[in-house]
Amino acid sequence: MNEKTEIPNVRTGMHYTTGNHAAAEGALAAGCIFFGGYPITPSSEIAEHMSIRLPQIDGHFVQFEDEIASIAGLLGASWGGSKSMTATSGPGYSLMVENIGLGMMTETPCVIVNVQRGGPSTGLPTLVGQQDIMQTKWGSHGDYEPIALCPSSVQECFDLIITAFNFSEQYRLPVTFLMDETLGHMSERLIIPAKEKIKIVNRKKPTVPPEEYLPYKPDKDLVPPMATAGEGYNVMMTGLTHDERGYPVITAEAQELNVKRINDKIRLNKNKIIKLEEYMLEDAEIALISFGSTARATKGAVSRAREKGIKAGLLRLITIWPFPDERIETLADQVKVIMVPEINYGQITREVDRAVHGKTEVKGIFKLGGALHTPEEILNEIERRVK
Amino acid sequence: MSRIEVRFAGFGGQGIGLMGRLVGEAVALHEKNKNSVMTQSYGPESRGGASSSDVVISEGEIDYPKATELDYFVVLSEEAYQKYIPKLKKGGILFVEEDLVRLDDQSKKAKEIYKIPATKIAESLGSKIFSNIAMLGFVCANSKDIVSEEALVKVMKKKIKARYVEKNLIAFQMGKEYKHEG
Repeated sequence: MNEKTEIPNVRTGMHYTTGNHAAAEGALAAGCIFFGGYPITPSSEIAEHMSIRLPQIDGHFVQFEDEIASIAGLLGASWGGSKSMTATSGPGYSLMVENIGLGMMTETPCVIVNVQRGGPSTGLPTLVGQQDIMQTKWGSHGDYEPIALCPSSVQECFDLIITAFNFSEQYRLPVTFLMDETLGHMSERLIIPAKEKIKIVNRKKPTVPPEEYLPYKPDKDLVPPMATAGEGYNVMMTGLTHDERGYPVITAEAQELNVKRINDKIRLNKNKIIKLEEYMLEDAEIALISFGSTARATKGAVSRAREKGIKAGLLRLITIWPFPDERIETLADQVKVIMVPEINYGQITREVDRAVHGKTEVKGIFKLGGALHTPEEILNEIERRVK
Repeated sequence: MSRIEVRFAGFGGQGIGLMGRLVGEAVALHEKNKNSVMTQSYGPESRGGASSSDVVISEGEIDYPKATELDYFVVLSEEAYQKYIPKLKKGGILFVEEDLVRLDDQSKKAKEIYKIPATKIAESLGSKIFSNIAMLGFVCANSKDIVSEEALVKVMKKKIKARYVEKNLIAFQMGKEYKHEG
């Protein structure tokens, strides 16, 4: 009696659920079959849900001893051919950054969900924050170009984590999925489409016979095909600077080739990666740039400002990294001021300030964690600026 | 329809979170052209002490997901009443478990106050665990723009454990039919 009821990885239909559960279901729909993690508030429901769902689809769930081991497990699972993910929050991400660097250097696809809470340190375990923006960019040492996506609704927790997996597979790198406590715990309608309607990208496999395969020889898109350990191909992994064979080569020349390429594969493709939502920006004189849960209140503030005859508009960052420098610079030519509401002390504001090249004024609207901005608070700032 | 904000509140163990989840899901999945966002108190304060869950309802997109000024406040404990009554909008509507909440002057800003002995009704069915659903029946019958009985019953049948469904549906009916005096 070995027959099991077929339980699908895609739960097509209409649901009412939290952002955390939606992200877990999205990961499964994307083809994730390995979760390694260590529970931490406010992300624990993702691990809990995956611990129930993965055994149903013959996947694997491992609760590791800590976050350092968890991310190491992800990298190994990925080299073994499994799409893999973890879910954590700021303190756990801090422990993971070393091996995220290893994932960047070994070009290992995987997805790290960070359900942000207030920091630094243990900070506000149960309350919202958006303070890990720069950690995602610069957390590990050395030069690398991360990709990070930032959903604003329960539906996007599902849809965009699939995109996160697709980017990680296409460009071969750990991708960070930046949620926040509010989104993780709030419930909304989620529509899961039919399995065949979901676009899935899988890593490129070698097209040459094993004796000709060089594990780090890139194609034209700068991404090397990736063999799975055990398929007969040489699989080499090292954090040391390496050549196309994957052998350590400790020279300036090898560093130029290796590190330049792992950055350029993202830099040169950034227009294919960057995702933005524009709302009422066409004739805007005041632009707001926002992301995650904060973008919802910001959109409300923009609508209310328009009702009062103020020409405001919203640029919502769906991808945080790579940063949309060019779009922000053109926006700077158009508007009198760019305002940036965010739940931190100026992380995206600083990036926007850098991107505008002094062409317009940039003003942050900060909360340091623990609560969302209300639309009224943002509207007050807009009105103050107009007067 | 503009935005409507509902808060359910009581103490841990009364099934306050379930009330929000049932109403939120009934609105978002079974009412035509309506959206809802449900959030609930989370963290140390939800382990005992006052517990709350909020449902924001709108025909349009819901921007800010949390409640700011309550149109409806449904309260099942004294502590929760004292903690959250300041959030009730002037002219809002108040539902109270009359044996567990002592109203004071702060309730005067409510346009309407509905009182029900929800726990006693539940106990007549064998357990006070049905008091949240008795209250939901009462709320459903005495509010126009939160959620329909049809939608709520659909969700209760789906979400409540099979062996408790029947008694919960009776509790819901008793709450619905309860006529408060004054």
